Amino acid sequence: MDLRFTPEEEAFRDEVRAFLADKLPAHLSRKVKHGLAMTKADMEEWHGILHAKGWLASHWPERHGGPGWTVVQRSIFEDESARANAPRIVPFGVNMLGPVLIKYGSDEQCQRILPRILDGTDWWCQGYSEPGAGSDLASLKTSAVRDGDHYVVNGQKTWTTLGQYADWIFCLVRTDPTAKAQEGISFLLIDMKSPGIEVRPIVLLDGDPEVNEVFFTDVRVPVANLVGEENKGWTYAKYLLTYERTNIAGVGSSIAAFDRLKSIAGLLTRGGRPLADDPLFAARLARIEIDLANMATTNMRVIAAAANGGAPGAESSMLKIKGTEIRQAITALTRRAYGPYAQPFIPEALEDGYNGEPVGPEDAGSAAPTYFNYRKLSIFGGSNEVQKNIISKMIVGL
Amino acid sequence: MDFQHSEDRQMLADTLRRFLAERAPIEARNKAAYGETGYSPDVWRGLAELGVIGALFGEDVGGFGGGGFDIMVVFEEIGRALAVEPFLGTLMAGRALAVSGRTAELEEIIAGTTIVAFAHAEPQDRATGDPLATRATADGDSWVLNGAKAVVVQAEAADRLLVSAQTDAGPSLFLVPADAAGVQLHGYANVDGGRSAEVSLKDVRVEVSARVADDGTAAIAAAEAAGLLALSAEALGAMEIAKSATIDYLQTRKQFGVPIGKFQALQHRIATVLLEIEQARSAVINAADAFGGETADRALSAAKYTIGATGQLVAEEAIQLHGGIGMTWELPLSHYAKRITMIDGQLGDQDEHLQRYIALGRAA
Repeated sequence: MDLRFTPEEEAFRDEVRAFLADKLPAHLSRKVKHGLAMTKADMEEWHGILHAKGWLASHWPERHGGPGWTVVQRSIFEDESARANAPRIVPFGVNMLGPVLIKYGSDEQCQRILPRILDGTDWWCQGYSEPGAGSDLASLKTSAVRDGDHYVVNGQKTWTTLGQYADWIFCLVRTDPTAKAQEGISFLLIDMKSPGIEVRPIVLLDGDPEVNEVFFTDVRVPVANLVGEENKGWTYAKYLLTYERTNIAGVGSSIAAFDRLKSIAGLLTRGGRPLADDPLFAARLARIEIDLANMATTNMRVIAAAANGGAPGAESSMLKIKGTEIRQAITALTRRAYGPYAQPFIPEALEDGYNGEPVGPEDAGSAAPTYFNYRKLSIFGGSNEVQKNIISKMIVGL
Repeated sequence: MDFQHSEDRQMLADTLRRFLAERAPIEARNKAAYGETGYSPDVWRGLAELGVIGALFGEDVGGFGGGGFDIMVVFEEIGRALAVEPFLGTLMAGRALAVSGRTAELEEIIAGTTIVAFAHAEPQDRATGDPLATRATADGDSWVLNGAKAVVVQAEAADRLLVSAQTDAGPSLFLVPADAAGVQLHGYANVDGGRSAEVSLKDVRVEVSARVADDGTAAIAAAEAAGLLALSAEALGAMEIAKSATIDYLQTRKQFGVPIGKFQALQHRIATVLLEIEQARSAVINAADAFGGETADRALSAAKYTIGATGQLVAEEAIQLHGGIGMTWELPLSHYAKRITMIDGQLGDQDEHLQRYIALGRAA
């Protein structure tokens, strides 16, 4: 048993830290730290900086522009980035579609699409969920009917995160309505500028329109944009979901958020003493801290197993559940820390350049919206209930 | 034993429920709650005409209720409808005025012609027993107030503010016209609807008669006791709706070919939600029953603790069991979840009331 990183890995960590210290723009880390709104330009800026360094597509093989990192290096990079309050990259092109194309796409598709993901030319979004197909994703109904060199797509996708900015969408569509649910699905790439596509924002409970509904009416998609084989889309989708869940534990960003919470608890007082000295608040903090330390080790155990060639199975479900529970507990306690000052909500104050009079302690205004917004963590990417189904299926097997 | 509300109170509840369903359904409520005024003056006037405000005060001061169960009945309906009209401030300020014998001002409140906000909490934290940072000094025929008040609910709607301030003789309360020179309001929306304001007081000069309470401590305690009961009952009403909406969803939303309520994992979770809400209802009943008596403070802290802890469970489970749709602005549930959550932070959260409960137990 040796929990230490190798000297080479520690050297890599130093290299990552030096890069972040040098290249992470202060205006971006400030926004992440204080829970302020990220603009499209912000996200593109960090994407561009990572691309310039060659560190953007950390999962991709070197021949496609990846850095050729080990699993452990990727983990170190993600942790250090999160702890430095670097923005998370928009995952749809780099972390989701990229690996699928590399494994299942044609050479032509890889050459055509991957460079445009890397250089930021194309913004991708995900077309999986439908109003009637959430946890039961395989029941999706959006249809694609072959017509010469095209598919004609009709239906509706939902919860399309940042779809309002997207140039392209990768979609699961039904190409064989007669086959069993999972067997009639194909994986299709659709230009968002195609006639017949309409994007409608969904406003969430914090007032934020970060997700969308996407409607397809007789949208013509060239057959060249089919990934892999027709009716094999479910296999690719499942592969993609394992990538969606990499770094799902979010250890680094939870540690950053927890450190922030601890400093808040030292600054804010209640009943004349720092919150951190309030026995109940201190107990809440300690429970999260212990949970987080436990999860960090669980996460490293999974990474070590993966580094030795193990395929992530129930482990990624475990990390998704625990990681999101811990992150949600941090956001709940952060909200609690501000007491009555969590209630005032001034959306403009969460934008850059707000010059109005602040209300309450620093960052009080983002605590409740962040708490409410992060309820999504246990819902998306396969709800925590679905993850528990996966785990129990693997262990009970019935 | 009889756990039914009296016929009069049940009628009041029914009337209030019908009125709010008709005049402030969720779309209208949201429009008002997240709009410029943060509440509907029309709805408020209608409620005053119905006599709802009078139910919050005893006959001795011009009302027709004023008991713990009257407050419970009214605020449970407020919670069920997510009403954002200025009831809390009216109740708290009114109770403080009532114990101070200021029936003339209270009459105007009960008639609905005057809205008074209760401005007691301050931006600076202080230890129990420490003096208020807001100061009132006597100056000839007047008092001069200086200080700041925090998150004053519906302060912008108020004609007057009932402001707590430290005098040389201890804490006291002052009725301050909202437009008095030196009063400044910085209003803002609340994340769960309605508006509040930071109030700053700079050399605000009021008449001697503006000092309403000789014993400010008792008046403030009366206001806070009523406020705790009201918020607990409001949370209870909101939780009932969140629960019903979630049960409906479990019965109608189909995945894997069946209503999701067929899944035992979810059945057990909604069962827990239900039993915890029943526990919370008992806590509110205990508090309403003890209200005004010697054991009131402990029962009120027990209730506020319980609804705080239960509220987080109910709000989070209601959203989770709905899935993504539970997070949307469009669904009424999300607004209920927000209100239930934010009530915990008002007038002391569950941790503060758990500790107060322990301290009161030691003192007894």
